[in-house]
Amino acid sequence: MSTAARSTWLHDLVRKPFFWGVVAIIALLLLNVMKDPTYLAISVNPDNGNLVGNLVDILRASAPILMIAVGMSLVIATGGIDLSVGSVMAVSGAVAMVFMKDAGQSGSLGVALGAIGLALAVSAVLGVVNGVLVAYIGLQPFISTLIMMLAGRGIAKVITEGQNTSATNDPFRWLANGFVVGLPVVFLLALAIVGLVGLVVRRSALGLMIEAIGINPKASRMAGIRPSGLLLTVYVLSAVLAGIAGIMSVGTVMTVDVSRTGYQMELDAILAVVIGGTSLSGGKFSIGGAVVGALLIATLDKTVVFLGVSSSATPAFKAIVIVVLCLLQSDRVRGWFVQRRKPPKERPVPNAVAAREEVSA
Amino acid sequence: MTATDASPSRVADERPVVEMIGVTVEIEGRPVLHEVDLRLYPGEVHALMGGNGAGKSSLVKALTGAYRIGAGEVRIAGESVSLAGPGAAESAGIAAAFQDVDLCVNLSVAENVMIGHEERRWYGIAWGATRRRAVSVLEELGLGGLDPRSAVATLAPAMQQLVAIARAMVTHPKVLVLDEPTSSLDADEVATLFRALRRLRDQGVAILFVSHFLEQVYAISDRITVLRDGRGQGEYPTRELDRAVLISKMIGKDLTELRRIGSERRAHRADPTGEPLYQAAGVGRRGEFAPTDLELHRGEIVGLGGLRGSGRSELGQLLAGVVRRDSGTIRVDGREAALPNPAAALRRRVAFASEDRRDGGIIEELSVRENIILALQGIRGWARPISRAERDALVDRFMESLAIVAPGPDAPARQLSGGNQQKVLLARWLATRPHVLVLDEPTRGVDIAAKVELQAVVAELAREGVAVVFISSELDEVVRLSDRIVILKDRRKIGEVSNGPGLSVDTIIEMIAADTDDDA
Repeated sequence: MSTAARSTWLHDLVRKPFFWGVVAIIALLLLNVMKDPTYLAISVNPDNGNLVGNLVDILRASAPILMIAVGMSLVIATGGIDLSVGSVMAVSGAVAMVFMKDAGQSGSLGVALGAIGLALAVSAVLGVVNGVLVAYIGLQPFISTLIMMLAGRGIAKVITEGQNTSATNDPFRWLANGFVVGLPVVFLLALAIVGLVGLVVRRSALGLMIEAIGINPKASRMAGIRPSGLLLTVYVLSAVLAGIAGIMSVGTVMTVDVSRTGYQMELDAILAVVIGGTSLSGGKFSIGGAVVGALLIATLDKTVVFLGVSSSATPAFKAIVIVVLCLLQSDRVRGWFVQRRKPPKERPVPNAVAAREEVSA
Repeated sequence: MTATDASPSRVADERPVVEMIGVTVEIEGRPVLHEVDLRLYPGEVHALMGGNGAGKSSLVKALTGAYRIGAGEVRIAGESVSLAGPGAAESAGIAAAFQDVDLCVNLSVAENVMIGHEERRWYGIAWGATRRRAVSVLEELGLGGLDPRSAVATLAPAMQQLVAIARAMVTHPKVLVLDEPTSSLDADEVATLFRALRRLRDQGVAILFVSHFLEQVYAISDRITVLRDGRGQGEYPTRELDRAVLISKMIGKDLTELRRIGSERRAHRADPTGEPLYQAAGVGRRGEFAPTDLELHRGEIVGLGGLRGSGRSELGQLLAGVVRRDSGTIRVDGREAALPNPAAALRRRVAFASEDRRDGGIIEELSVRENIILALQGIRGWARPISRAERDALVDRFMESLAIVAPGPDAPARQLSGGNQQKVLLARWLATRPHVLVLDEPTRGVDIAAKVELQAVVAELAREGVAVVFISSELDEVVRLSDRIVILKDRRKIGEVSNGPGLSVDTIIEMIAADTDDDA
C-alpha cells in the first residue's frame, strides 16, 4: 500500500513537465564536478561579503534568459511565437548605451534611470508593432516577428551608427554586476520580475484567457473573449521583458555590440519554454517550467565553456543535450522504455491512460 | 429558379450508365448502407435525398470508390465492375466535385482545373497547352470568359464551385457526382451553377446531385432517389413526386397521417404580454439567411423548426451576433444593439450555445471550473478576475443544479461525457445570467437521460423569465418544448405557429411541404 502510494507520488513528479529539466541541470553540474570536484564550491569574498563561485555565475548568466523565456512562454501559450526578442535586446541595449554615452555623468542615477526608461519605452513600441501586426492585421506571428527580428538589428545599428558603443555609468553597471545580500542584483531582479509576471498572470484572468485562446480560439470567441487586446498585451510584455534582458546583458560589459548582443537569444528562449513543458502549439503554459528551462540553458552555456568544448562544437553539444531532453519528455519514447523494462504480460497501462483512469475512478 | 425543364422522355429509352444494385456498405461492422439501388441515365440530373445520417454521403463515397462495397453489384454501361479506390472510379468514368475541400485557392484557375492532368512533354509540363485545355474544358461549362491565370481565391464562391466541376470534367466522365454544391451559394449563384449543369446534362453527362435544398432539387433534377436510415425508399420522376410525399418518405411518416392535419400556417402577433424583450427586424446575411423579423418575450421558448440545411443555426448565430448580420436592426430591452461579436452580445445578455461542442464550445484542456467561468470572465475582462469565493460558489451551484457528473471541478473537461460537457457549456452561459439564450442543438449526441434533464433545465429557465431560442434537428423535441415555432425553409423564415394541442411534428412538415417557391 505504502509502496503504491510512493510510486504514484514518484509518477506525478516524473510527469511534471520540468522534471527532466531539473534532472538535466543536476546531471550537467555532476559532469562539471567530475572534472573539478570544487566546481560547486561557493566562497565568500572577504572584502565585500559577496558570494563567489560557479553557481553564482550561472545564476547571473541566467537572468536575461529568464526574462525572455517568461515572455516567450506567454506568447507561445497564445499559439504564437516571438522571434524578435534577441533583436529587441540589441535595440534596448543600444538605446541605453547611446543615451548614457551622450549624457556623460558617470555617477548619475538619473541618467541610468533615463537610459532604462527610454530603452524600455522603445522596446515597448517594437512590441506594439508586433502585437498590432499579429492581433489587428492578422499576419502570422512567425512572419511578423521575423520582420521585427531583421528590422531590430537594423534599428540598433542605426542608433549606434554601426559602432560598438561603450559608456560609463556606475548605477547602471551595478544593476548587472552588483551584489545585494551576497547575491547578484541581476538575478534577484530577474526573480522579482518573474514573480511579478507570474502573480499578475495567475491572479488576474490573463492566464486563463491566454490559455483559452491558445487552445481553442473559436470557442474562446464564442465565450466573449476578444483576442486582439490580449495578443497585443502579450507581445508588448514579451518585448518589454526582452528590453530588460537587453539592459542586463549590455550592463555586464557596459558595451553594446549590435551584431552580438542578444544574437540568437530567441532560440534560447524558445528552447527554455519547450524544456519547461509548454507545447509550441499553444495552450497550457508553465512559468515555473520556463524558469527551469532558462536555468538549464544558462547551466549548459557555462558547462560548455567549463568543459572546454571547442567553440565550433558548442552548438552541436547544446543540440545533443536538448534533443535527449525532448526525447525523455516524449510520452511515446517513455512508453517504449516502460515496455522494455517490464515483462510484457505485466505491462502497465501507459502513463497517460493510467493517470486519467485514476482521476475518473 | 423557375420550373423544371427536365426531359424524362429521353431516360426511358436508354440504358443506365451506372447501376448500383443491392449495395451494402459496412463501416467497422456497422451497416451504413443496406441493399440500396441507384440508377443513373445519361443526360439526367438525378437528386439524392434523405435526412441527416440517411446514407447520402456513404452512397456517394461508395460510388466514387472511397468506401468498399460489401455486398451488391455496380454495373457501368451494363458491365459489372469493382470500384476499388478513387482511381478505379475515375477510369470507370465517374468524377466527383465536393464543396470547398479540393481546390487549392492559391493556385490559378488553370492549375486547379488541370491538376493531376497537366499536359506533359519530355521537358516537363507544357503550361501553354495545359492552359489551352483548361480553357476548352471551361468553355464546355459556358465559362469561356474566365481568365485561366486568375487565382481561385479571387473568385466568388459560385465560380469556385464551377472550377471544381470543371476539374472533375477534365477526364470527360460519364457520371458527375456533386455533393452539396450549393450550400454556400446565394440564389443568383445557384442559377449560374444550374445553367452549367444543364449544359453538361444536355451533353449527355449523368449528374448525381446531393442537396438539402428541396426547391433546388425540384428546379434541377429529373429523377429523385430517396434514402432513409441507409435504405433505399424508391426512385421517382421529380415531376410526379409531391413535396409532402417526398418529405414523408425522407422522415418515414405516413402520408395519410400528414394529410389529416391541415395546414395551420398563420402569422404570429402579440400573443405574449408586454413589450418584446428582443426584437429583430430584417436581420439577415447574404448567402446565409434571408432578412427576417423575430420577436422574443420574457419567459418564452421559441423553437426553430426546419429540415437540415434550412438555416436554423445560421439564424441563431445572426440573432446572437456570432455571425455579423449585413442587414436589419436588433433591439434588446427596447434599446438598439449592434451585436457585432459574441463579446458584445454577452454584455447585452444575449448568449449563444454552439451546436459544435468540440469546436465552438468546450475547451478540453481547461478544467470544468475554468470552462464554466470563462464567459462570465470574458464579460468582465481579464483585469477583474472573479474572486475565488464567487467562482467556487458559481461552480458548485451549477454542478449541483445541473447534476454535472465530473471527477471534480479541477478535472480537465475532456474527461467528461458528451452530456456532461453539454451541461458544463450550459452552465457557462447561465453564469452570465442571460436574458436571451440561443441553444443550438443542445441535446445532440447526448444520451436519453441527459436529454430529458437538459430539456427540463430549458423549461425551468423559461419559467425564470429567460427568452430561449431552441434549435433542434429533432422536431418532436422542438414541438414539446416551444411556446412558439418559427418555421424555416431554404434559409428563410416561412412562418410562425403558436404551439397548442392541435400542433404536431406533422403540422410543421406539412407547412414546409406546402411552401413552394411561388412566393419567393
